[in-house]
Amino acid sequence: MNVQQRVRQFVVDNFYLSDASKLSDDTLLVTSGIVDSTGVLEIIAFVEAEFGIRVRDDETVPENLESIERIAAFVGRRREAERATSSSAGGRAEASTG
Amino acid sequence: MCGIAGVVALRDDAPPPERADLAAMVGALRHRGPDEFGLYRDRRAGLGHARLSIIDLATGQQPLCNEDGSLWIVFNGEIFNYVELRAELVGLGHRFRTRSDTEVVVHAYEAWGEDAFLRFNGQFAIALWNAPRETLVVARDRLGVRPLYLCEHGGRLWFASEVKAIFAGDPAIPRALDPVGLAETFTFWTVVPPQSVFRGVTELEPGHVRTISRGGTRDRAFWAPRYDDGSGASRSPGEAVERVRAALEDAVRLRMLRADVPVGSYLSGGLDSSLVAALGRRVKGGKFCTFSVRFEDAEYDETRYQRAVAARIESEHRDIVVRREDIAAALPAVVAHAERPVLRTAPAPLFLLSRLVREAGIKVVLTGEGADEIFAGYDLFREGKIRRFWGRQPASALRPRLLERLYPYLARSPVAQRSLAREFFGRGRERWNVPGFAHGPRWSGAAALQRLFSADVRAESQRVDVVERLLASAPAELSGWSFLAQDQYLEARTLLSGYLLSSQGDRMLMAHSVEGRFPFLDVNVVELANALPASLKLRGLDEKHVLKRAARGLVPDEVIARPKQPYRAPDALSFVGDRVLPGWVGDLMTERAIASAGIFEPGAVARLWQKCRASRAQFSNTDNMAVVGVLSTGLLHELLVRATPSRASPPEFRTVVDRVAVPDPG
Repeated sequence: MNVQQRVRQFVVDNFYLSDASKLSDDTLLVTSGIVDSTGVLEIIAFVEAEFGIRVRDDETVPENLESIERIAAFVGRRREAERATSSSAGGRAEASTG
Repeated sequence: MCGIAGVVALRDDAPPPERADLAAMVGALRHRGPDEFGLYRDRRAGLGHARLSIIDLATGQQPLCNEDGSLWIVFNGEIFNYVELRAELVGLGHRFRTRSDTEVVVHAYEAWGEDAFLRFNGQFAIALWNAPRETLVVARDRLGVRPLYLCEHGGRLWFASEVKAIFAGDPAIPRALDPVGLAETFTFWTVVPPQSVFRGVTELEPGHVRTISRGGTRDRAFWAPRYDDGSGASRSPGEAVERVRAALEDAVRLRMLRADVPVGSYLSGGLDSSLVAALGRRVKGGKFCTFSVRFEDAEYDETRYQRAVAARIESEHRDIVVRREDIAAALPAVVAHAERPVLRTAPAPLFLLSRLVREAGIKVVLTGEGADEIFAGYDLFREGKIRRFWGRQPASALRPRLLERLYPYLARSPVAQRSLAREFFGRGRERWNVPGFAHGPRWSGAAALQRLFSADVRAESQRVDVVERLLASAPAELSGWSFLAQDQYLEARTLLSGYLLSSQGDRMLMAHSVEGRFPFLDVNVVELANALPASLKLRGLDEKHVLKRAARGLVPDEVIARPKQPYRAPDALSFVGDRVLPGWVGDLMTERAIASAGIFEPGAVARLWQKCRASRAQFSNTDNMAVVGVLSTGLLHELLVRATPSRASPPEFRTVVDRVAVPDPG
């Protein structure tokens, strides 16, 4: 499963949806009533555990977390950023030893 | 306090009511009135009564009639001003045979017709049968303290204090849960009368009178709440405080003295019941009993305040400690008595508390119920005020931060919760001036759980927009009232009447034959409070402002100063964990059981149950409501829909008036 599918599976299970086909990836989860304010914390805990990301306080905004699509995009961006950071950090390390 | 039941033929060719049917109905209500049983029957109608003897122990039996035997009554409740009304009726020439309030109802109806109900200061469900005119009149108190259900089937009208008595009266009546009633429950936390949770059964609306005769049926409100009528606007705060205190003293005095048995009081440790208990203690010279629920879970427990009040008023105090396993064990009985799904377990401890009261030999208790509705004690009112303030400046960053004053945990929460809480509370804030705005988050939060419904139930329930229907049925004046008054009205119409007074009130008290009396719902207290300007009830964000001032000197200062603690009990926590759970929990949650009941989607329930069983942490509000809602709906289906009504223990009637000639067997 790709990231979006894994997020989707989590939302379906954790918020006990009866008909997964009715949930589209751009459904606004809080606005539609599926997720309450505690549910948002459950989403954050899932993202951190499942994808090995630390979600910073300033990132916990609806733009990052309000739909399956946005969560997946957020995870993608963060992984991308971490890869970039680690490769450039690695580069520096090589340079300094060189 | 009592249970009433009856049946009326709606067609000329219908045979007379069967005594066995009336006996089955009264037998099903035995818990409401175990002291004596009575029956009236003629060719067209039958009335049954289960009595809890409180006033006029010697001669207050029912059914009871007027001077010439034409007008018969069964009555559940109390008319607290019956002594005054009796004197007035005697002056008008009515003759009385008993000292009961029941007989006052009969003569008051003869004298004043439907206006009589407006003169009653009390809590009542009444059925009057005019035999020569073949007319049935049923009426219910203003706020719905006492229940009454009706059902037409097989050319007859069946009615009773509880639905189980109707089902027992004729086991051929189809029994099924009503999807619209379920949608209301999973929105408002209760059905809203006349809707009930059973198909084909209606609940008489509070404050209504219905007349059923050959000419047809007429249903009308004999009373409707009024707010902000201007009569209280000019009062100084000091004068308002004095008046509130005096009205409450009168309300408590009436409820203490109009009883021929001892009256005790519940004591939660909050302001309302502490004030009621303190006032009750002053009326009563000698022994005065108070009763409290304590919790093993510290989060819900209020022992410290209960003991402080009990010590201050020197009551004879008793309490029970409720554990999670007690709640799990009690839920089937709780649902059987409540006869509707519940989304909270909070009724369960009160079921256990009424047993303690009964064991202490007390039949009547005062409670503080109603104060939060009429004097504006709930967070919902404060939340509504802040959200409307924000809605007027929807782009303001500062205004939503007032929510942190209301919910201090938000200020301490991760930004995640804060920014999403803003999203949650800010939803729809452009509609801040529309009735129902304050209730929006709560209603939509509960309604989101309708995603658990099976496809069939969902499709049928969606035929009615329950929020729209509720708002459309509100008084025309509603939009002219202050926002606070609008919120109070909706709260009283839904949660107070259908949940607090019913599932958590009458039903849990009557389960152990205990009558509750509600000084805050005294008609004079209610009308005084409703006329007060909003600023005296919710002053800034200070809830129940005028009531707190009225309570000074009567209850310990720490009880007035303490932050309001909503009464709650462990919900989902009572049904998970390492303890051995009652067998019914697992049985109800199997895929087969869920599928066979047909109310919820088995896959969704399986996901819910798996999540909750795996969790050790705190449950979200949504998870709590979901678990308790699914379990209680399942129990309701098992106990009142699937099970054949029991007719096994008919009562021994003491009062029998049988006007149907029994054919001579010779």
